Amino acid sequence: MYVAVKGGEKAIENAHAWMAEERRGSPDVEELSLPQIREQLGLAVNRVMAEGSMYDPDLAALAIKQARGDLIEAIFLIRAYRTTLPRFGCSCPVNTADMACDRRISATFKDAPGGQVLGPTFDYTHRLLDFKLAADGDVPLAPEGVPRQEATPHIMQFLKGEDLIQDEPETDAAPGDLTREPMEFPTTRPLRLQSLTRGDEGFVLGMAYSTQRGYARNHAFVGELRIGTVAVEMDIPELGFSIEIGDIELTECETVNQFKGSKTEPPQFTRGYGLVFGQSERKAIAMALVDRALRWKELGEDDQGAPAQDEEFVLSHSDNIQATGFLEHIKLPHYVDFQSELELIRKLRREAQDLAKSKGAAE
Amino acid sequence: MNEYNFAYLDEQTKRMIRRAILKGLAVPGYQVPFASREMPMPYGWGTGGVQVSAAILTPEDRFKVIDQGADDTTNAVSIRKFFEKTAGIATTEKTARASVIQTRHRIPEARLREDQIIVYQVPIPEPLRFLEPRETETRKMHSLEEYGMMHVKLYEDISQHGAISTAYAYPVKVSGRYVMDPSPIPKFDNPKLEMDAIQLFGAGREQRIYAVPPHTRIVSLDFEDYTFEATKAEHSCDLCGAGDSYLDEVIMDDAGNRMFVCSDTDYCRSRRSAGHVGRLGEESAA
Repeated sequence: MYVAVKGGEKAIENAHAWMAEERRGSPDVEELSLPQIREQLGLAVNRVMAEGSMYDPDLAALAIKQARGDLIEAIFLIRAYRTTLPRFGCSCPVNTADMACDRRISATFKDAPGGQVLGPTFDYTHRLLDFKLAADGDVPLAPEGVPRQEATPHIMQFLKGEDLIQDEPETDAAPGDLTREPMEFPTTRPLRLQSLTRGDEGFVLGMAYSTQRGYARNHAFVGELRIGTVAVEMDIPELGFSIEIGDIELTECETVNQFKGSKTEPPQFTRGYGLVFGQSERKAIAMALVDRALRWKELGEDDQGAPAQDEEFVLSHSDNIQATGFLEHIKLPHYVDFQSELELIRKLRREAQDLAKSKGAAE
Repeated sequence: MNEYNFAYLDEQTKRMIRRAILKGLAVPGYQVPFASREMPMPYGWGTGGVQVSAAILTPEDRFKVIDQGADDTTNAVSIRKFFEKTAGIATTEKTARASVIQTRHRIPEARLREDQIIVYQVPIPEPLRFLEPRETETRKMHSLEEYGMMHVKLYEDISQHGAISTAYAYPVKVSGRYVMDPSPIPKFDNPKLEMDAIQLFGAGREQRIYAVPPHTRIVSLDFEDYTFEATKAEHSCDLCGAGDSYLDEVIMDDAGNRMFVCSDTDYCRSRRSAGHVGRLGEESAA
């Protein structure tokens, strides 16, 4: 006999208890600590901070632990927490020219003031599984140099002197905030950049890659990629001046792109820009390429109908929290709508069969 | 747990949402953009409805949540628990006793009253979305009242299938002006959209709120010679015998035997306790 499905509440509780047990894994294995995640899975922590839009390595580590290493789930936890925080104001623009660089490279010049600094990178490592790491994680300390005291100038400024690179208009206007105002299209570049910096790394990477393969190709040189720490300052109205409220690690990428000129602009180099929390260089480079592709209108270029040129397409689908939520919601019960489709299909089939029958009878 | 504000959202956010709701009520059927917040449940799982409910709930309210017409479906349980926890308000499964009802995919069978509010969870608020994917275009079409495309779609349905092949989320015209998506309710529920209660629609991921004030004229789109028809399974409820309620089809055994039961669990229960019995009802009452 049919019994109406009951007990959703109990089922949910049990499912969550089981999930917590699975998260812990075998109790014979030592539990993972947050400092271990923060210190040893730093790039995962960086991604969660960047796409979660919140700079807090300890909370990002907690989110990764709670999410069992599912980074999109961890990003979701951070986003949901972030909304509950009061917004006190916005900081002064960070000055990346004053960055204490751990890494700084340029692909456009052999050398430049400040030098090429490889820093802690996977580049040029041979991707061979290091079985020694499985047994013993101890490493000798890396050799130390003398840190550069003076600021490292941006590569772009050397091109600026010759007027070879397109100028960015300076503005003191307060940028919009896509977490406070609904995004409307067409939007502005600051909002585009906000959206891209929190966009899904895989999606932004795919979009950027598509421009390299010819869908709105705008051959990009990495003018400069720098990773390091900058101070965050905020104007305090009661004090009448700005004070430093902390340091954050950032990755900044500026690309130099070929540009043969358009109806409105003379031939010159143009730029794409990427800025991401933490050491996130794949994301920063991808962001710069997509930023450049989205600037076609402003530079008077042709619309090639490429996906990466389409602001509404790119920005509406880059957020993995929106995407995963909507994708996964199709797991929820839909039987009411399915029932109405069922009735409709039965009706249409009945009518088609009746029609075929009456045709057969007539023949 | 940290102390959250009443009904989770902070008062500034609630104020922003209430403004969007008031604007929506003033322009029935118009989609008002609002700065949707990231909620502690996923987008697509009712975040729009939850934000609307959070903005309108008061400590005196009695709250009911249904999904597919039922109070005990998992997501309805989860949303009800969220408000029990963050707002500490009373909840109920009885439609008549609720002051605010949040729903996904159904309108309750019992007629709602003037002192009630129904909040719909909306996945895709734009009725023209699957005809035109660009928001920039569809907003233009609404402002110019350019709905020809929708009528062409319905006409093509008839010419290809002999009937309008939209079974749920059936588009309506509100107060003679805006074409609106009533959320994915079965078209059986469309006639109930003209009601005495306030209807609020929240789409969190798409950042839109829209509304229908009480006693607003709602017309399901159709043609003079192919008129709108609210359909359901041609059966009566096997538990309570109701012939006027929307039915779920339940597969009972490996032989594929079926039974039909009210999707509105409260409606079915109250009919059974009033002594109505369906084809298979007596056994289950034991």
